Formats: sequence, structure tokens, C-alpha cells
Amino acid sequence: MSDTSRPNAGPTIQTIALAGNPNSGKTTLFNAFTKLRQKVGNYAGVTVEKKTGTLVLAGNRVVNVVDLPGTYSLAVRSPDERIAREVLTGRSGDTTRPDLVICVVDAGNLERNLYLVSQIQDLGLPMIIALNMMDEVQRQGKEIDVAQLSAVLGVPVIPMVANQNRGIEELKALIAQGVEATYTRRWRMAPDLEEQAQHIVRLLVEHEGFEESEAFSEAISILSVGRKIEKSDDPADRFFKEELIHQINAIQDRLRKMGLRARSAAVEARYAWIKQVLRDVVKDHRPDQQNITDRIDAFVTHKIFGWLFFGGIMGTMFFMIFTIATYPMDWIDAGFGWLSGIVADALPAGLLADLLVNGIIAGVGGVVIFLPQILILFFFIGLLQDTGYMARAAFIMDRVMSKVGLHGKSFIPLLSSCACAIPGIMAARTIESNKDRLVTILVAPMMSCSARLPVYIIMIAVLIPDATALQKSGIMILMYLLGTAGVGIMAFVFKRTLLKSQQPIFILELPPYRMPSLKTILLQMWERSRIFLKRAGTVILLMSIVLWFLMSFPRHQDLPPHEALKHSYAGSIGSTMEPVIKPLGYDWRIGIGLIGSFAAREVFVSTMSIVFNVSEEADAGILRDEFRQARWPDGRPLFTPLVCIGLMVFFVFAMQCISTIAVVYRETGGWLWPTFQLMYMTSLAYVAAFLVYQVGRMMGFS
Amino acid sequence: MTEESPIKLLNDLVKGQTARIHDFTEENDTCARLEEMGVTPGEEISVVRYAPLGDPIEIRVRGYNLSLRKEEADLIQVTEI
Repeated sequence: MSDTSRPNAGPTIQTIALAGNPNSGKTTLFNAFTKLRQKVGNYAGVTVEKKTGTLVLAGNRVVNVVDLPGTYSLAVRSPDERIAREVLTGRSGDTTRPDLVICVVDAGNLERNLYLVSQIQDLGLPMIIALNMMDEVQRQGKEIDVAQLSAVLGVPVIPMVANQNRGIEELKALIAQGVEATYTRRWRMAPDLEEQAQHIVRLLVEHEGFEESEAFSEAISILSVGRKIEKSDDPADRFFKEELIHQINAIQDRLRKMGLRARSAAVEARYAWIKQVLRDVVKDHRPDQQNITDRIDAFVTHKIFGWLFFGGIMGTMFFMIFTIATYPMDWIDAGFGWLSGIVADALPAGLLADLLVNGIIAGVGGVVIFLPQILILFFFIGLLQDTGYMARAAFIMDRVMSKVGLHGKSFIPLLSSCACAIPGIMAARTIESNKDRLVTILVAPMMSCSARLPVYIIMIAVLIPDATALQKSGIMILMYLLGTAGVGIMAFVFKRTLLKSQQPIFILELPPYRMPSLKTILLQMWERSRIFLKRAGTVILLMSIVLWFLMSFPRHQDLPPHEALKHSYAGSIGSTMEPVIKPLGYDWRIGIGLIGSFAAREVFVSTMSIVFNVSEEADAGILRDEFRQARWPDGRPLFTPLVCIGLMVFFVFAMQCISTIAVVYRETGGWLWPTFQLMYMTSLAYVAAFLVYQVGRMMGFS
Repeated sequence: MTEESPIKLLNDLVKGQTARIHDFTEENDTCARLEEMGVTPGEEISVVRYAPLGDPIEIRVRGYNLSLRKEEADLIQVTEI
């Protein structure tokens, strides 16, 4: 009945791969298998996330687990699909071919999910199907004959509800036992197509050294391309021998003359077979019942209520980020202050103490203090994604995004950038089109991130001494809107000029609403925050030390701190800069602040504290008063209202974050784009601040 | 001979309407991807709703919901049921 094409893969299983559609619960299963023994990295040369971990089976047997990117197909149209295909065919440079594939299938969506299963089966690997979300199927009034499904597919099928931990142990037991690769293809295309496909298989086996099973999969892939193959860099093409390409193209021509549409033949054949399989396997007792997802959607996409709900969610998220987060932030601040105190007391006053306290502890503290906000942001994003609402948000926002040439999917990265551009930029990986992803990355830092807040807060305090909460929020919202406008305009400009491309393919699945799994969300929060801390921490730490160095040398121990600063390297740079920034209304002291904040915006306030000789632990009000009293040599006030506003505007647009530059470097694979980003944003900031100050002056303001 | 339904585009359907997929207007990557996601000739497709701003469209096919921009929906030819 079944073909045994491979020996039993039981005791020798070392690596298993998890494959499946997005939204099928693959990640939940991965987390259940690996718990905290997981690692997130990158596949070599591409910006596709690589998630690996280890699974411990009975008897302390350890197995490697690779969580492949969620894909709808192995057709190589996007980096995700390409990686999945490469790993499964053993052609991935840095990942071993798995000994076993677990296809995670959403039982409520069998037809589409089995398409990918059918493609993976072609590759001839041992396979288990994890039939997930069985609880939903039951709720929908459907029944699935699991035994029959398994018999027809020729593959073991384990029903499960991964987020309730049901079925996991059975799956682990089966993995430990081992699974044979048995597969006979039961779907068929038209006879002529089958014949031509076999021709290609023979060519591939004989001339390119393919294995039978992979050759078939490759042949289908070639036929699906639908046009002449050329020796190009298109990921859909392979680097075949010239003669082979010739022969393949001849086959394509032959098929075209016969009037056969090779391109979609395999797709339609697979689905036809799947439909037939499911006819005997799935019984739907309540086919016409409108389910709860439909009802929620009617509300959530409503012309009026939908927007109110959306606004409510966004508002709540921001409220939590900007108010609730301040409590833990204060604790962290106090904690680091206490640490500084201990170190300062323990060590003799001098260079080392200074480096530790003002360089390292201050630097690290400056990063860690953002952790609460980042955690809250990731929590919300995780919640929205897990429940399924995120897709609806992209759905209603897409029209707005597309007007500036962006993608509905850009919404999440841009929103995340409001807390911190680093995770936001990382989130842009979900955007398939390279150009659209790049544009999103380039404009994301203009969404006002949380590091800008300290600057806004103190500038507002200087501007309006007794500002009411309403006035404060009003001005801050204005800055946010300004940043958002910048994002829209620059995205539009980029899409029209540098990064012209067709409108992106916006095909987005709207999964059924699901109860979120707290475990999954927390694990995700932890993992992403860890990456943030590591990346931001190392770079900011370094920059803090460099800054400390610039501000502490050459040493002038005899002078009071703020005088010493004037004569340090930083001070010299600031003074040299003055002519350039004077048109914006800034002097050398603000210049130093800007130098410092080019590494990290957070540093502005602390740098200015030193410049103005205000102790770190002092009340924020003292720095504000110092700003108010600051004067130019000729007696004019330094922080006039225009300067305050202009400085805020500068911060809205300027790229002042070494960590972001580092992340953009990693995500775009080179220095070209981060450099470009730095240049265009700095110019924008300069021009904007210039206009505010000069035009304001011309209009008679100060 | 049975009367054939006129061929329309997916965009021509109104909310709640179900039709049968006839073919695509072009042969490109978008169509290939749509097909792989189950939007194949002969299959039933319904328009669930239009987004509050008019675009994109939410459709239902093979038991699940998908969101498409109007310009993508324009690639899909349907016949009314």
C-alpha cells in the first residue's frame, strides 16, 4: 500500500523542523517543545528570523528543533518561503536538513493548510501532521475523522490543542518512536503535463544530480514559473546548466502549444485532490452558522464603532506606555542611582570611579530604563497579534497607508517605533516586498520614540513654566503628529523617487479570533526584549564610554566641572560647531548636548546636566531653571520659546540613536542605507529647526 | 445549451454576494500566489465586506477569510451564482 522510500528515522532523529501556515499555532508548539531553551537569530545572508531550540524527549534524549518561517507555500516568492524550502531540501548553507518534519495544520482551515503539506510531502521527508486547534473545530460543530485522514495522506496525524497543552505528549512520544517516510503521490495533473513533468525530472536527475523526490518537487516548481527560465538572479530560478535550461524551455513551449496551462496545473490538481480527501474526512454539522468571529468583525470594522474601538485600543496602549510605565522606570532610575552611590563610595575618587559611575553605569542605566516601555509595547503587540485583531487593524488602516505608498503591514512596525524604533524596524520583516520594507525602515525612526520624551518634557517645562497637563499633552501630541506627518511625506517621496516599485501585494489572512495564550506572549516579550537589551546595550554602552571620554579629557582637575567641560574635547567640538548651529538659535552648550544625543537621545538631558553644572540626582526642576537662566555672552536668553520649540522639532526629525543605526545596518545588510538615513534625517532636522527659528523670528516671535 | 452567466470582476460584487471563480485576467506573481492560497477557477468566493474606507476587500474562500486590495481583486474574474 505504501512506499517505503526511507529507513526508519527513529533513533537517529537529531533535527526536526516545524513547518506550517502562519496562524496555525506553530509558534505555540515550538514554545511548548523548547520552553526557554530557544534562540532567535538570522539565517545567513538574509533577514529571515531563525528560531532554533532543543526538545528533551523521554530518557533525556535531546533533539534540535527548527521553527521554519510560517508560509503558505514553498514556491520561493518571498525570502520566508525560500528559506523554508532550502532548509527542507537540505540546501541551506547553515542549517542541517531535518530528519523529520512536523507540519502544524490548523484543523479549522484544512483545505488551505493541506496545500503546503502536499508540497512538503513531495520532498520525501518523514512527516507527522500536528492537527492543531481541534477545540475550535469542535466549537464550530465540525467533526474530523483523524484515522481516515491519516490513512489517506499516508502520514501519522496527531490531533492537538497546542495552547492548552493537549496532544503534545502524544506527539513527543511519536517523535521518540520514529516515523518512516512513506509517500505516494495521489494527486494528478492532466496526462500530458504529467508526462512533461517526468521529462524534466529525468533531466534534473541525470544532468544536475538531483534525487528523485526533490527532482519532482523542483520540476513542479519550474513548471509553475510559467515563463522562460534564464540564468538570472531571480530566486525562483536555479543556476542550471545552459543546455538544461534550453531543454526545459523547449518543454514549456511544447506545453504552451498544446494549450495546457502548466503554471497553475499543479496547484489546481493538488486542491482537487484535497477536496476529495476532505469530503470523506470532515463532517460539518452546522455549515451556515455565523460564528463569533463574524460578529466581532462586524463591530470592529464598522464605519463608526470600528474606528472608536481602534482609537480606544491605541489610546490604551499609549496611556500604559507613557504613564503606567513611569513607575517601574522610576524604580530602575533609583536603582541605578543607588548603584552609582555605592560605587562612588567604595572607590577612591578618580578616573576609574568616574568612568564607572558616569560612563558605564549611567550608560547602561540609560538603556535599561526603557525596558518597561518596551515590555509593555511588546505585550500589547503580542496580545493584538495573538487574538487576531492586528490583521483587522491593518485591514482598516491599509487605505491610509497605501496613499503614501506603504503597506497595511507597515502599520505595526511604525506603531512599534513609537516606543522604540529598534523593535519596530525588526518587525518590518513581515513585509515581503523589499522596497516597501526598506521604505518602512527608513521612515520608522521619525515616529517619536520614547527616548524623545525626556527632551520634550524639559523643553515644555522651560517653554511654559506652569503648563497644565492639557497643555503638556497637547504639545507632545503635536510633536507626535509632526513626526507622523514626516513619515507620510518621506514615504511618499521615497516611493516616488528612489524606491519606485509597484504597489505591494497586499494579501492578508484574517484569522478567526482566538483567546490569546499568555505563555506565548510572555515568551515573545522576553525574547524580543533580550535582543533589544543586548543590541542597544552594547552599542550605547560603548558610546557612553566614548562620550565620557570626550567630556572628561583633556583633564582639567583644577577647574569646576562645567568649566572643565568647556575645555574638553566635547567642549571644543561644541564651540567649533557653534557657527553652524547658531542660525537655529543654539550655542556651544546645546551643541555638546546634540553631540551627546547623536549617540542616544536619552543622553541629552544628562549631558546638559553636566554642562550646566547640575547634579544628576537633583530635581528635574533645577535643570529647567538653569535653562531658563542661561544666557548668551551678550546677555540674551538662550532658551527662548522659539529655541525650545525648534529644539523639539529638531529632535522629532533627527536620527539620534547609534543603536538604531546598528539595527538598520543589520536589517539592510550594509552601511549604505543607515548612512543615507542618517544624512537625510539630519538634514531634515536642521532645515526644520532652522525654519522654526528664523521664520519665527521674522514673524516677530522670540 | 445552458445560459452562461456574464463574467464579472470580483470588485463588481456587493457585500454578502457569492460567486464562482472563473479565471484571472493576467498571469503574474500575484495571481500565482492567490491561486496557491486557494483562489482557483471553479471555487466559490464571497465578498464578506469592504473596509470602512472602501478598500481593501475581505473575501471568503475555501473556508477562510482573506483581505485583498481592489487592484488585486480586479485580477479575479467571477461568474455570478
